[in-house]
Amino acid sequence: MSSQSNTNLKELFLNGIVKENTIFKLALSLCPSIAVTNNLKNGVFMGVAVLFVQVMVNVTISLLRNVIHPKVRLPIFMLVISGWVTVTQMMMAAFVPDVYAKVGLYIALIVAFASILARAEMFASKNKIIPSMVDGLGMGVGFLFALTVISFFRELVGKGSLWGNAIINTKPLLIMILPAGGFFAVGILMALFNWINARYAAKNAHASH
Amino acid sequence: MSSEFTKLFELIVSASLINNFVFTRFLGLCIFFGVSKKMETAVGMSITFVSVMMVSAAVSWVIFNQVLVPLNITFLEIIVFIGIIAGLVQLSDTIMRKVSPGLYYKLGIYLALISTNCIILAVPLVNAGEKYTFVESIAFGFGSGLGFSLALIIMASIREKLELADVPAPFKGLPMAFVITGLIALAFTGFSGLITL
Repeated sequence: MSSQSNTNLKELFLNGIVKENTIFKLALSLCPSIAVTNNLKNGVFMGVAVLFVQVMVNVTISLLRNVIHPKVRLPIFMLVISGWVTVTQMMMAAFVPDVYAKVGLYIALIVAFASILARAEMFASKNKIIPSMVDGLGMGVGFLFALTVISFFRELVGKGSLWGNAIINTKPLLIMILPAGGFFAVGILMALFNWINARYAAKNAHASH
Repeated sequence: MSSEFTKLFELIVSASLINNFVFTRFLGLCIFFGVSKKMETAVGMSITFVSVMMVSAAVSWVIFNQVLVPLNITFLEIIVFIGIIAGLVQLSDTIMRKVSPGLYYKLGIYLALISTNCIILAVPLVNAGEKYTFVESIAFGFGSGLGFSLALIIMASIREKLELADVPAPFKGLPMAFVITGLIALAFTGFSGLITL
């Protein structure tokens, strides 16, 4: 029994990273994936902020799931989310002011993330605390992973540096850190994920024959 | 007096073209990619957006400056603004269902999603941050709505043509839409420097 529930938790965790990756698969919450990813540091901090909010919201909703009346659940979810976002915003302003100056508006807009509300509605409001926490962790880590990949790619190609340290000495492709470059980067990475998935599926189908 | 009008005009132009929400601030992308597949829905969505944005800019300005600032609780702005927007969306949802059921049937799910849309929330937040006056706030909301509509309609007209194009398999659907948006964004960078505020 315990081993079964363990595999379930593992699947739940991986579900958010691979199968239902917020950005590459569901194409939700795209705004920050382009807005803050022109350098690695901002991307990672944004991802961590989302991870934190997602886990805390899932835990809170799961704790309150028997108290919330179903008719007023959406306003209550929004209230919980905006509460935790305000906490995150204040913490970031206090501890990493240089990052906050750049991504501040987008931190506030975590409130409007469809993915966070969707997890609260579809999962946390129906499940116990531990699975809800793991689900939040999976979704958050998936988001962090996507932001890290995108910002890694954009900073490396666009500025020739990583986390502010110069790595490549040649003249960088400036377009990648411009607004337009963000769209190109996400488009290309999405296509890459699709391509890998298609290859993987074809290989599996071939092997089973 | 005339300089007032010039300033408002500049604000609208800069909000809609130079600082276009979709192409230079990257907000509202979920809706942007979601409803830009068909021209008809894009137009309907644009109208809803402009009106909801102007009204929410006005209402939230009044509440921010008359309630939150005097009471010194501006840190609650996110919670208050999201509440205002949710209420307004509910209202426009009800009105639309009565006035135009056909449009309501088509836009139903996206209308509900407006309340979780970053653009609509961003307008009051920017207004509060930039300390715009009441009229300026409405002008900013109008300009941003106009810019978003422009983006939606350009994108919808391109994507309708794209249905017939032969796109490489991994790029089908969203990835291609992203690359196209990138190209439009590149064109929009040409507007920067049009007006120096």
